[in-house]
Amino acid sequence: MVSSSAAAVASDSVAPTDNFPHKLEIRNLTIRYGDTVALRGVNLAVREHEIFGIIGPANAGKTSLLKAINRMDVFTSGMKVDGEIRFNGRDTSRLKNVYALRSRIGVVFPLPVGLPMTVYDNVALSPRLRGINTKADLDVIVQRCLTRAALWDEVKDRLHALGSLLSGGQQQRLTIARALSQEPDLLMLDEFSIAVDPVTTMRIEDVLKELRQEVTILLVTNLVQQARRLADRTAFFLNGECVEVGVTEDLFTGEVKDQRTRDYVEGRFG
Amino acid sequence: MSTTTQALRNRATDARTAEDFDRRDPDWYVDKLLAGIVFVCGISAILFVLGIFFFVTKEGIGFVFEKMDFREFFLTPYWSPSDAEDPEYGILALMAGTASVTGLAMLVAVPFSLGAAIFIAEFASGKTREALKVLVELLAAIPSVVWGFIGLVIMNPLLIKWFDIPVGLCVLNAGIILGLMAAPIMTSIAEDALKAVPDRYREAAEAMGATRWQVIYKVVLPAAKNGLLGGVLLGVGRGFGETMAVLMATGHAVNIPNSIFDSVRALTATIAAELGEAVVGGEHYQVLFTIGIFLFLVTFIINLSADLIVRGIRKG
Repeated sequence: MVSSSAAAVASDSVAPTDNFPHKLEIRNLTIRYGDTVALRGVNLAVREHEIFGIIGPANAGKTSLLKAINRMDVFTSGMKVDGEIRFNGRDTSRLKNVYALRSRIGVVFPLPVGLPMTVYDNVALSPRLRGINTKADLDVIVQRCLTRAALWDEVKDRLHALGSLLSGGQQQRLTIARALSQEPDLLMLDEFSIAVDPVTTMRIEDVLKELRQEVTILLVTNLVQQARRLADRTAFFLNGECVEVGVTEDLFTGEVKDQRTRDYVEGRFG
Repeated sequence: MSTTTQALRNRATDARTAEDFDRRDPDWYVDKLLAGIVFVCGISAILFVLGIFFFVTKEGIGFVFEKMDFREFFLTPYWSPSDAEDPEYGILALMAGTASVTGLAMLVAVPFSLGAAIFIAEFASGKTREALKVLVELLAAIPSVVWGFIGLVIMNPLLIKWFDIPVGLCVLNAGIILGLMAAPIMTSIAEDALKAVPDRYREAAEAMGATRWQVIYKVVLPAAKNGLLGGVLLGVGRGFGETMAVLMATGHAVNIPNSIFDSVRALTATIAAELGEAVVGGEHYQVLFTIGIFLFLVTFIINLSADLIVRGIRKG
């Protein structure tokens, strides 16, 4: 799955140019909850093998965007999505099987969700849903995903303890391991560090930097500096509007198109 | 402000504080009183249960120690307590009756109530869900004599017609009736258990690409298994203790069933039907209370093991 273009990104960590293929294209996306507009006319494209950051204050519509991408809108009553979301070139509103779409997008929620089963079963759940049932295969997948999520050393002796008994930071890494076990094309993280201590946050950030070589990452964060540390390009959302999309470093060095972005990035907001 | 005045003021404050700390105001007394009342209420529930247990034991224990032959009592199917010459007290057939009816009832009730609970908790929404919940609660409140009536008047002729059997009052009839009776309360408990599973588990599994059924089967049901098991055991308890409907629908014939079309008699129904005609304090009367002790012990064991199983699951 590692293409030559991805290798290029990894080796010299230059921000991708527009020649890169788009993993995700969003055109004129509007999301409403009843009469409330959560997202208004958003246009953006996420390139393959980049970390795409989304920053912005609460109520900016960031989480709604993720829900729409993953087609989780079906389960939220009153949520209405207009516009176009293309994943791998396919319009996601016209898929016959949304489960297949979801299985190729890994999601990490703000609060860690250790499913009420063992650590092992948490990570093995997605492979099992795909029909992988041989113990040897599952063992390999579980170890690989836990290792990549920087959790293996801490849980290798308690794989059969309940996942929900792990600490908050461990559960969040378990969630990441579970998302990786889907072998996703796209990994979406929604403010993953809210319930995680700073040390664990840095460990997860290191993990994400390495993962960039294999998957495209969409990182929603309320920590501006986290976006700066990780994201190749960043979008700034405010009150349901996508104010600006740019190379992350530009946003921080003041090369912004919109004054509001500068204010937010520099912490002079509200 | 001089140091002396400051010291004086401190002393005054200390005195006032000390007074506050030792004064018992009305709120304090109300609190004590309510704590006392609640304590008495809580204890009385236990006392009543113990009292009933002692009464039942007192009436039946004489027989247990003086005349009871354990082998005859538990291992022979001959129940003829009114025989003046040689009364026989074997409850094997009665136990078989209760067990067969309860077992069949669970076969009927478990799939029904689990399906209904899954539909209500996972698929129905808004008004449908509310309407169904009210309906289920209503069904749970139908008196057992009404169920017995249905067994006697509706099921009986239907079974005779469908299966071409001489009598429709049998294990099948009572099992279905008892299953339908137990299903609403089991549905209610199972639904509570499913609802208690946090939505974030469902969302996490759905986000992973699991289908609705996979979410239910792999995540929701395992997470709710304690409550579900509790519901099933409550149903078993209900089946074991149910009297009136079983009395009316089984045919009330002392018999070890060979098929689901045989008439049987349940332990509970035996007590209900015969206690009125037994001489108070007589042998027959005592034997019926001995059956009561037996029922009491079995229910106690069912509940205890349910509790242990649930604890075991929690620990694992």
